Amino acid sequence: MARLKNIEELKKIRTEAQKDLLIRTQTGTRIIIGMGTCGIAAGAREVMQAILKELDARKIDAHVETVGCVGMCAKEPLVDIEQAGKSRIRYANITPENVPRLIDEHLLKGNVIQDWAIGRLDARKIQ
Amino acid sequence: MRELSLHILDLLENAVEAGASRIEITIEEDLKTDWMVIEITDNGRGMSQELIERVLDPFYTTRKTRHVGLGLPLFLEAARRCGGDLLIQSNLGKGTRVRATFRHSHIDRAPLGDITGALMAILLSEHPVDLDYCHNVGSGVFRFDSSEIRKELENVPLGHPKVRDWLFHVLHEGEANLVDEREGRPLTL
Repeated sequence: MARLKNIEELKKIRTEAQKDLLIRTQTGTRIIIGMGTCGIAAGAREVMQAILKELDARKIDAHVETVGCVGMCAKEPLVDIEQAGKSRIRYANITPENVPRLIDEHLLKGNVIQDWAIGRLDARKIQ
Repeated sequence: MRELSLHILDLLENAVEAGASRIEITIEEDLKTDWMVIEITDNGRGMSQELIERVLDPFYTTRKTRHVGLGLPLFLEAARRCGGDLLIQSNLGKGTRVRATFRHSHIDRAPLGDITGALMAILLSEHPVDLDYCHNVGSGVFRFDSSEIRKELENVPLGHPKVRDWLFHVLHEGEANLVDEREGRPLTL
């Protein structure tokens, strides 16, 4: 029963999503979370859950991605935010409590939170 | 680690790093025999016999970014502490299977915890990977295979915000039913 209902929902989502796929890839926002052993032990999964919850609550469409260890284990959980046309900012030692401010200041107001940021990276080319 | 699902997430990350495109995860909680078995099988690049012996050593890692690898040693320690063990089988070029056993009622056994979050973290990985997940509690079953969902989605990625919310909901519901339905109404997706 649950399965059929869920599959029907999924089909509906697919049809809707296919319409905005192109727009999304051109104007997209990516949030990248380190999920190596170091990130996991430091609470990266909880940070990811907090980010998903915050995006959902504020109805923000952003792509969330997890990556392996990048070698800055002492700075985990690491969260990178990349908005189309801007450079990618890396934030260190992020906790679930930091997430609402991170989304509000950086994503919505466009200000880099200097106290938490540890680096600026070149934006990856969006295909 | 505080939850078994964090160890599972860690092993799933290993599999992704080993280039796996498909990972099978089985969690069996047999309340009658009092065993909990967690098995993770991937189709990544596999390991040689020599490497299998070394991965349980905390001072060994394949990564270049630092010099210790704690994932498997920590999981082994957690299993042994609970009267269980950890076994690794691997074939070069074919994949790896890790099987960890725990006494279900052992006082030191960490709870499974947020397995939904662990699975989501891998489904949102930058490397697309499919998960075939099966969780048994007594006679209750929750099965989830992301490849079936990918097929249904055609060109829409699993990370699409709407799909992401749907996945979260389905996993959460499946796990919640499993806990409630100890009697065992099979739930499959």
